Amino acid sequence: MSPNAATAASSHQEDWLPILELAIQEVFEIMLGCRLEPADAAEHQTAPELTAMVGLAGSACGILSVCCSNRAASAIADHMLGPENSRSEDHIWDALGELCNMIAGNFKNKLSGVDGSCMLSVPTVITGGEYSFHSLADGGCIECSMLFEGALVVIRLDLHS
Amino acid sequence: MNKIRALIVDDSSVMRKIVERSLRQAGVDLEKVVEAGNGAEALGVLKDNPVDLILCDINMPVMDGLEFVRQLGTVENSKGVPVVMITTEGSESHVVQALSAGARGYIRKPFTPDQVKEHVLPVLEKKS
Repeated sequence: MSPNAATAASSHQEDWLPILELAIQEVFEIMLGCRLEPADAAEHQTAPELTAMVGLAGSACGILSVCCSNRAASAIADHMLGPENSRSEDHIWDALGELCNMIAGNFKNKLSGVDGSCMLSVPTVITGGEYSFHSLADGGCIECSMLFEGALVVIRLDLHS
Repeated sequence: MNKIRALIVDDSSVMRKIVERSLRQAGVDLEKVVEAGNGAEALGVLKDNPVDLILCDINMPVMDGLEFVRQLGTVENSKGVPVVMITTEGSESHVVQALSAGARGYIRKPFTPDQVKEHVLPVLEKKS
């Protein structure tokens, strides 16, 4: 990363973290009806079992990912579907992907100057934690570790400079 | 208000269920709900299932929501059926594109049942 890119990335990380946190809280409050609590990821060291990803392209460029356990993802699907709908494994993956999509969309809609010049990909969901993530995004990352019903949910934005 | 037949178009099956639940919570009396996972599938569904209201995502594989709205008039009995977009794409340019393509309303995800009520009921009232 060039010195200029490093400075810009550092600035983004400081400026965008509260925006990302707000975007996450709004999605959980509005769509799941519950608030997340801040978490210390080091205290909840469990490998993620599911990872949802949505790409951002354009004036804000990178990848937003949501990592959590199967238990957390099941609880997320239960809250989204409501008691009247039974859930399958497909529903759990779908719910996590859609949650990631809404966080990415809500985040980019809050960024001034980004507006319509940033597009989102459709979500991808990875099952299992035995993988290595190699993003071409070289602008650093913003990470929020939160607790949802006592389970760790890590939301991470890897930025392109 | 009469009973409503609705088509919900979204590539997420969970989101389709949330939209249906929100419509009911908004007080829309649903007679029938049909679903599709993208715009092309929705055009096919409409041939055999005439509806009174369409709620449609924008970012979908195969055919996105904007193209679906543009092609809607080509389906017999579907000309003039009101479409409300429900999408994460919240920029002004997307709203303008959707309304220019023929959508009657625009709801940004995440959304509350109250927002669904606010945007869908006036569209249905105008139709009736």
